[in-house]
Amino acid sequence: MTINHALYHYVRPEVVDKLTSDDLFKTLPSQATRYAYAEAILELGEKDPRIVVLDADVSKSIGTNKFAEKFPDRSFNFGIAEQNMMAAAAGMATTGLIPFASTYAVFASMRALDQVRNSIHYPHLNVKIAASHSGITPGPDGVTHQAQEDISIMRALAGSCVIAPADSPTTKQAVYAAAAYEGPVYLSFTRDPVPILFDESFPFEIGKAVTIRDGDDVAVIAMRDLVIQALIAAERLAQEEGIQARVIYCHTIKPLDTEAVLQAAQETGAVVVAENNVTFGGLGSAVAELLVANYPIPMRQIGVKDTFAESGPYLEVIHKYGLTAPHIANAVREVLAHKARFFKQPNLSAAIV
Amino acid sequence: MPASNSNHSKAPNGKMSIEDLQKMAVQVRLDIIHMIHKAKAGHPGGSLSAADIVTALYFRVMNIDPHNPDWPDRDRFILSKGHACPVWYAALAERGYFDKKHLDTLRRLNSILQGHADMKKTPGVDMTVGSLGQGLSAGVGMALAARVLKKDYHVWVVIGDGEAQEGAIWEAAMAGAKWKLDNLTVVVDNNGIQNDTFTDEVMPLGDLPAKWKAFGWHVMEIDGHDMAQIVPALEEAKTIKGIPTVIIAKTVKGKGVSFMENVPAWHGKAPNDEQAEIAISEIRRQLS
Repeated sequence: MTINHALYHYVRPEVVDKLTSDDLFKTLPSQATRYAYAEAILELGEKDPRIVVLDADVSKSIGTNKFAEKFPDRSFNFGIAEQNMMAAAAGMATTGLIPFASTYAVFASMRALDQVRNSIHYPHLNVKIAASHSGITPGPDGVTHQAQEDISIMRALAGSCVIAPADSPTTKQAVYAAAAYEGPVYLSFTRDPVPILFDESFPFEIGKAVTIRDGDDVAVIAMRDLVIQALIAAERLAQEEGIQARVIYCHTIKPLDTEAVLQAAQETGAVVVAENNVTFGGLGSAVAELLVANYPIPMRQIGVKDTFAESGPYLEVIHKYGLTAPHIANAVREVLAHKARFFKQPNLSAAIV
Repeated sequence: MPASNSNHSKAPNGKMSIEDLQKMAVQVRLDIIHMIHKAKAGHPGGSLSAADIVTALYFRVMNIDPHNPDWPDRDRFILSKGHACPVWYAALAERGYFDKKHLDTLRRLNSILQGHADMKKTPGVDMTVGSLGQGLSAGVGMALAARVLKKDYHVWVVIGDGEAQEGAIWEAAMAGAKWKLDNLTVVVDNNGIQNDTFTDEVMPLGDLPAKWKAFGWHVMEIDGHDMAQIVPALEEAKTIKGIPTVIIAKTVKGKGVSFMENVPAWHGKAPNDEQAEIAISEIRRQLS
């Protein structure tokens, strides 16, 4: 069965062609989004003298060592001292500089959370937190380095802006947008390579979710590394079961694009949220909070349940912990069965407006 | 509210004599007691212990403009021990950053004076503080920023001795030495008491001068209530090149109020009407 390319928006055609092949992850060009961040910050450093980069002894892992080589006067390695780095970034931001504080997500969102909350978010200072190894994307490193809670934690901070891009091109766009945004931004990157899904024509705007596949049976809302998993699930469901899933790339978890989510909910009547993050407090919770107050329809969450994961190759780990396309497809089937029962309820039109 | 002496609060260049600084510190102490009594909550002990240091900075040492609190070239001040913010508010009000009537509103709803200092609410507050061990890191960031921006302002950070139990203080100390931040000066308000009781009982700080020296700082030790020692030390700190300076100031918690001095219970409790009256009369007597 041929793939209907017209249903897809902004997704590179060679990606669409591969959605049903088993060798997608082996054959598509891919890159860890941390490296896209490092490239973007190098370009930004050239354009804007206010950009400074702060590291905490993982500049080689993230690639910000290239910024340090090129702009030694605007690069500061704080060593293994993330708390000091975050509050120092806050101090720098008070002077009009635009600090990008770079470390792993576990340390950015947890080790240094007190500084991130009180010194950065409370005074709403213009600090960008560049967090690599977000979610369970550092498969082999194991639990201590898997930030399965970072999105939930960062979303809970007042006035926070939380962005989790799906691939390298949109990561670069996100970094540029974050630099232009006034206020703290948390940027979440992957440790492991993810396929390059989009190109520079992607209409990236903070807070704007984008429909990347049309469909009216169900809406699958996904972030970061599960966007590709959502696309795979959607195409397989279309080919094998005739189910047309709308796929929404929700790169900004906060502020949530409430208009896009509600519109998708109203037009499809069933929602699945897919995130490589715990199911408590992240994107799934954000969507659920919105729907329960405005348009309470059947919904399912794909995310890390109440468990820690383990070491292993990235794709094997996220599969074992329920985050891959087959799990999303199952959630779609479940939510569609629920939708069928749900919309048969008497007086439903009075209950749902 | 105790009236301030207009002779010294309006010093034309903000550079007071030692004698006038002593008088101003008395006024700052009166303001501290007044506002904590009025708020029925707050931290008098650590505010009073830092009063002379903060007064010297705001009325003699720092290059600041109260009419232009966001002046990019100003010296920065961070009271990292943010619970002692009544001393900061008193100094800012006396220096003319905002009307003294605001001191009546400490810790009240809609006040510009939060229970711990908020840079977005209070003119002159250069950094939001309260969670201990963060202000020095912010000061490191400001000192580094001066280099990037090619500015020659100085960053002054007052920390508590108890606060030095926070590991992040020592992370920042390492960073100050690494980057040879001679535009950064720390004053340790070494009053020997923290929330629960004496620091030596809770978690001894050990040999503070030796610790800072080992971290690569220029160390000075002074009596933190003697203006004739405070002012020269602060002035000297500005002249030390290639290394950050820490001034370890021996202070008395609750200084100036006999029943508060060196009594741990006065770390975080407001005086009642009678206690406030006694405190104010005791402090006033120091004017003569």
